[in-house]
Amino acid sequence: MATLHTVNKSPFEKNSLATCLSHLQSGYAVLLFEDGVYGALRGTNIAGRVEDAAKSGRVYVLGEDFKARGLDEGKMIEGINVVDYAGFVDLATDCDRVQSWL
Amino acid sequence: MSEIKKFMYINRKAPYGTVYALESLEVVLIGAAFDQDVSLAFLDDGVFQLMKGQDTQGVGMKNFSPTYSALGDYDVTKLYVEQESLDERGLTLDDLLPLKYEDEDDDWAEKDSIKLVSREELAGLMEDQDVLLNF
Repeated sequence: MATLHTVNKSPFEKNSLATCLSHLQSGYAVLLFEDGVYGALRGTNIAGRVEDAAKSGRVYVLGEDFKARGLDEGKMIEGINVVDYAGFVDLATDCDRVQSWL
Repeated sequence: MSEIKKFMYINRKAPYGTVYALESLEVVLIGAAFDQDVSLAFLDDGVFQLMKGQDTQGVGMKNFSPTYSALGDYDVTKLYVEQESLDERGLTLDDLLPLKYEDEDDDWAEKDSIKLVSREELAGLMEDQDVLLNF
């Protein structure tokens, strides 16, 4: 396992997610949390790129933040995994480094 | 009594990630006491403020979305939502809170507070205001 990329900004307000996705290397993990969880929605402007990244099975969303915003797991991009806070910690410790895209 | 002015509160931020959405709602509720002509606009990520089914138990923050349902009781009955902003986010009106108010000029008939408007229409509404407050 290599780098855990975290994104906590809305993809519609900042280009953090787009830039993150452009810099993924093999073994990556991407965790969407806080306003970053909007990047997990199907049918958005950026959904195609997130779908491609999620095919690896290494894109994660923090369930608590997803629920807080009233988002529906039925509208989540296929292949994205939901984790809780403990799962976030596991990802961080399993990876060699963490890149926090702001 | 001074003349009534048209105030529009413009909401462009998602809830919870920043405090703008909650602050806007607080100011709207305070402002509602002053008998002005108030409307709210939701565009860009601001449309996410009106998502139904918000559940903040897991993040330890207050879920303030039920407060939008109370706005009608404060005579805040014009919530303009920009259609293009919904489209860009893969959302429809069905994803938003079913906000209603009772129209005192129409035998208290229950009506929708949310009005879908195009970007062009919203620009026109903004042009029609005396005061624009951005959050």
